[in-house]
Amino acid sequence: MGLPLQKFCHSMLFLTRIEHFNAAHKLYNPQWTKEKNETVFGKCANENWHGHNYELHVTIKGKVAVDTGFVINAKILSKLINEFVLEKLDHKNLNMDVDFLKGKMCSTEILAMEIWKQLSPHLPAEVKMHSIKLYETPRIFVEYFGEE
Amino acid sequence: MNKRVSVYRKEHFNAAHRLHNHTWNEEKNYEVFGKCNNPNFHGHNYELVVKITGEPGADTGFVIDLKYLSDVIKSNVLEKLDHKNLNLDVAEFADLNPTVENIAIVIYNILRRKIDEKFDLQVRLYETEKNFAEYPAS
Repeated sequence: MGLPLQKFCHSMLFLTRIEHFNAAHKLYNPQWTKEKNETVFGKCANENWHGHNYELHVTIKGKVAVDTGFVINAKILSKLINEFVLEKLDHKNLNMDVDFLKGKMCSTEILAMEIWKQLSPHLPAEVKMHSIKLYETPRIFVEYFGEE
Repeated sequence: MNKRVSVYRKEHFNAAHRLHNHTWNEEKNYEVFGKCNNPNFHGHNYELVVKITGEPGADTGFVIDLKYLSDVIKSNVLEKLDHKNLNLDVAEFADLNPTVENIAIVIYNILRRKIDEKFDLQVRLYETEKNFAEYPAS
């Protein structure tokens, strides 16, 4: 009884899990005057915050395991996203409540990059992060594919 | 023959808020409102659907000019709520919990004063894709 020679199919696949969170934030650079912030960020600079329903698409890539047919168990991916991302962001103030955003601008771009950093170390070894797509509104989203 | 038709205009705004009852202590607020009670606020993309019911005019074929309706919503509702903190920036919520129900009522009351009484008016407000309120209830 030897182990199977091939544990994974050759084909690389992408798998995406979609999650939601909502949060308050403001776009405000503390190095600038209030006037400059309002000029650059407009109503997004409201000092009393505003907020969004964010939609997060986490796409991982890997080979399909022969025994399960999975790249990754999507339930496990969901649990990882919940533990390392959503628990920290959902119903929070991004500028005030989130340790990994301290001192950073809370734009959708920065948030997508920081979500990548939070999540990727916890992925199982057999898969890699492919992209983080983050919708701030149904009409505005960013995609991040990691460091070049 | 009943010629009444409903027309709808969708708009959207985003805002921060928290659910909080001033007359309760912190523990009770957290017990009832959970993470929605975060003192540092959270936020939503709200989608607003305004329904106007009336008879199409013989000369225009319109129940109401939807561009006009859009302008009324923008200048009276969105200017007041978009990119705002509902609890801190909007007078109507100084003593009123900004739940999706209460926001819908506030929006209705604002628009009712601006829309001709010959029209029926209803407001539907989505706080998330899954949670929404309608006022008046039909």
